[in-house]
Amino acid sequence: MSRPLLEFNEKGIFCSAGNFYIDPWRPVKYAVITHAHSDHAKWGHQKYLAHKLSHEVLKYRLGNIDLEIIDYNEPIHINGVTISLHPAGHIIGSAQIRVEYKGEVWVVSGDYKVEDDGISTPFEPVKCHSFISECTFGMPVYKWRPQQEIFDGINNWWRLNVEEGKTTVIVGYSLGKAQRILQGLDLSIGNVYTHGVIENTNEALRRDGVKLNPTQRATFESNKDEMRKGLIICPPSSVGTPWMRKFYPYSFGYCSGWMALRGAKRRRAADRGFVLSDHADWGGLVQSIKATGCETVYLTHGYTASFSRYLCDIGYDAHEAHTLYGGDEISELDENPVKLVNEYGEIIEPVDDAEKNSADKEIIILEKPSKIGLTDSEKAIALKKAKRMGGAL
Amino acid sequence: MKAFANLFSALDETNKTNEKVRVLKEYFVTVPDEDKIQTLALFTGRKPKRQINSTLVKSWAMELSNIPAWLFEESYHVVGDLGETIALLLPQSEETQNKSLSEWIAEINSLIFLNEQEKKAWLISSWLSMEQQERFVFNKILTGSFRVGVSQSLVIKALADLSGLETSVLTHRIMGNWDPKSFNYQSLVQKEDGSEDISRPYPFYLAYPIQDTSDQQKSSEQIKESLGDPLNWQAEWKWDGIRAQAIQRNGQIFIWSRGEDLATDKFPELHPFLLELPAGTVLDGEAICFADNCPLPFNILQTRIGRKNLTKKILTDSPMAFIAYDCIEHEGNDIRDLPLSRRRAILEKLHQSSSFKDVFRLSPVVSFSSWDDLYKLRLRSRDEFAEGFMLKKLDSPYLVGRKRGAWWKWKVDPLSIDAVMIYAQKGHGRRADLYTDYTFAIWDQDKLVPFAKAYSGLTDKEINQVNFFVKRNTLEKFGPVRTVKPQLVFEIGFEGINKSTRHKSGVALRFPRILRWRQDKKIEEADTIETLKEFLK
Ligand SMILES: [Zn+2]
Ligand SMILES: [Zn+2]
Repeated sequence: MSRPLLEFNEKGIFCSAGNFYIDPWRPVKYAVITHAHSDHAKWGHQKYLAHKLSHEVLKYRLGNIDLEIIDYNEPIHINGVTISLHPAGHIIGSAQIRVEYKGEVWVVSGDYKVEDDGISTPFEPVKCHSFISECTFGMPVYKWRPQQEIFDGINNWWRLNVEEGKTTVIVGYSLGKAQRILQGLDLSIGNVYTHGVIENTNEALRRDGVKLNPTQRATFESNKDEMRKGLIICPPSSVGTPWMRKFYPYSFGYCSGWMALRGAKRRRAADRGFVLSDHADWGGLVQSIKATGCETVYLTHGYTASFSRYLCDIGYDAHEAHTLYGGDEISELDENPVKLVNEYGEIIEPVDDAEKNSADKEIIILEKPSKIGLTDSEKAIALKKAKRMGGAL
Repeated sequence: MKAFANLFSALDETNKTNEKVRVLKEYFVTVPDEDKIQTLALFTGRKPKRQINSTLVKSWAMELSNIPAWLFEESYHVVGDLGETIALLLPQSEETQNKSLSEWIAEINSLIFLNEQEKKAWLISSWLSMEQQERFVFNKILTGSFRVGVSQSLVIKALADLSGLETSVLTHRIMGNWDPKSFNYQSLVQKEDGSEDISRPYPFYLAYPIQDTSDQQKSSEQIKESLGDPLNWQAEWKWDGIRAQAIQRNGQIFIWSRGEDLATDKFPELHPFLLELPAGTVLDGEAICFADNCPLPFNILQTRIGRKNLTKKILTDSPMAFIAYDCIEHEGNDIRDLPLSRRRAILEKLHQSSSFKDVFRLSPVVSFSSWDDLYKLRLRSRDEFAEGFMLKKLDSPYLVGRKRGAWWKWKVDPLSIDAVMIYAQKGHGRRADLYTDYTFAIWDQDKLVPFAKAYSGLTDKEINQVNFFVKRNTLEKFGPVRTVKPQLVFEIGFEGINKSTRHKSGVALRFPRILRWRQDKKIEEADTIETLKEFLK
């Protein structure tokens, strides 16, 4: 039996024929990166390949890395293996990775959404034999409304806050959601201010030629009256910090796919919850998988167990893949409903690791073994399962 | 019902009291009077009778949603609420309608005349004419699981603002046994009380605890400092039963518990003495098990309350008595404004002429001449089968709700609070396989905020029951912790309390532990963050 074209090992998704990895989570020689979120683009690889619009953001996040960039649909060849990037519609510069060898095609979706958000190159299904798909929202209760409806809601709420003399504070993760919100705002209402982490990301994207609406850094020196009419975009980590409290009085809204459920919405204790996600909803996932024409599906992120069972029900050869995606990434953390409870029984809110040093990250991993890192025994089980699933997979 | 569905989401969207009252007022001025009354009924726990059981509702929704049954179940597990799951899973509606809340409730009530097939057809076409949020509130009403994220006091506040009536007047008027079909909004808000509901109780007057912590007992000097001359005060033992209001009007009797449950049938022993009272009498007191002239421990009463049928054995094992401590209606007149001393005199007279003195008991007035006397006496509370003292000012009127100043409770036991279990975690050692570590929450407006974790205090049998409950009512799992459906109420004791900025609840407890499982309480009856913070003062 020949080796599968792509296999999951302890470092990531590996292509033995081409001797490269896709979105590896341990240091490797050659890493093909779907997008710049930190559960997909890790530090420490010798060489990186990514989409050209990720260039500045990857440098901003990972420092001086050896990075080669290409455009969508621009195949390159390594050891007889053809690699090409295709739009995933998740965030600016996000790509699906198509891998072809001796007539066999695999596609790794990375993270994706189906709706055209107006700033990310829209998702395109890619024909393949095997598809490695995310399924963060792989439950039928998740059904998104068209984004214009959500933006109308956000803009109306902003207007109402201006009338009531309150600053509007909106929370979304710093790469992707922040820019999507920014582009959906009605700028005739007021100015848009940003938290430092988001402004740095905006600057990186602008350096790559991305056109974004004008923003200014929210500082305590900013004109108070102007800010009353304005809207501040912040990362989740800023919620409840003294920094945020300085802008009082404000109304605070949260943008995430998890806001679709009443319980999650109420737990956030935000004034408003907007259902806006950069991941495909249930319908989007099913439709995209069908559009690839694939026979075999491997699932990462989220509800892998139920979603693979459903795909098997409708005739696919579907498997759960054990990866380290989802969870330890700012983007996913924001969107992740997993809660930690401290010794007093209180929920510890997820943090934006862009502002945390690695020591803090270690602590988070220790507290959240089942979701972020795997324990040694879990890893052993995952590997055993992977082996059983066929060859090294 | 669109207006009601919007109200529901607007209330969900804010956690600020003033905002909620504003949203309620806006709603009340725009909807017809019948809808106002239906809303009030729903918000005060007067749900329409369930006409279709949830199993049927669920199976029809499954059919309509066109996904495998296991996936429906799995979705329910993720969402944690059946009404919401159905609202999310049904296909988008193509039609719409503009039926009002009262029209929908009338339709639900008339389902009783339909057979199962007709009910199913009605339900499916109803679902297909609604938007998601409308479906959600509709499902909640239909399955009788309607609970709203707003306290009754806010609804009353909104109605008081609109009608110009005092909140205490409205609180009283909406008590009792009314039916939204016959209750009329105009008569609710008119100046004169037009109610003919002879069962209607008065809102209870509730006391505040006087001391901060049990390990820092207030000295008699400190009590003196806050309460002044002992001659102005009446002391009674604090009984460990169920607070109840006993009513006799026109030869009909009603017994209400504090949770606003009509409990007349639960206490047949109390009927003869009530029937003998002069018509137009309302007594406030404690329903308590009593044998050989002694009050019995609370758990005996709790067992009795938990039983559906009062068997002969239960009646023999746990005979009831009523310890009366106030009279608030006499000869048909509301006498709540009279000073306590005068009300007490009336109560004593009623008692004197009763021929059922072993059931109708007076809460004895404890005589004392100094706070120091009382302090020493209080330490003997347990010998008297009491939990401490109630201190009531002799000139105090009978107020509405929890008010500071004239009534205080002075307990001997550790401080305690009734809380709802919201998370559970497996224990260690011998109990490594059982969910024994719980996190408890109390109400902050409509939200349950966690405030303490406690491990010990339950019997093995109770632990098994709770463990069983946890496994079947898990809403979410994260690592070793499970979020459980808020349903179980426990009395949590603690030794002290401090302010804390590190905690969501704003307080940190010392040595919290489970005192007992309050199977007699619904989660609505758990304490509030205000009550907890009162201990700080
Ligand atoms: Zn991502
Ligand atoms: Zn991801």
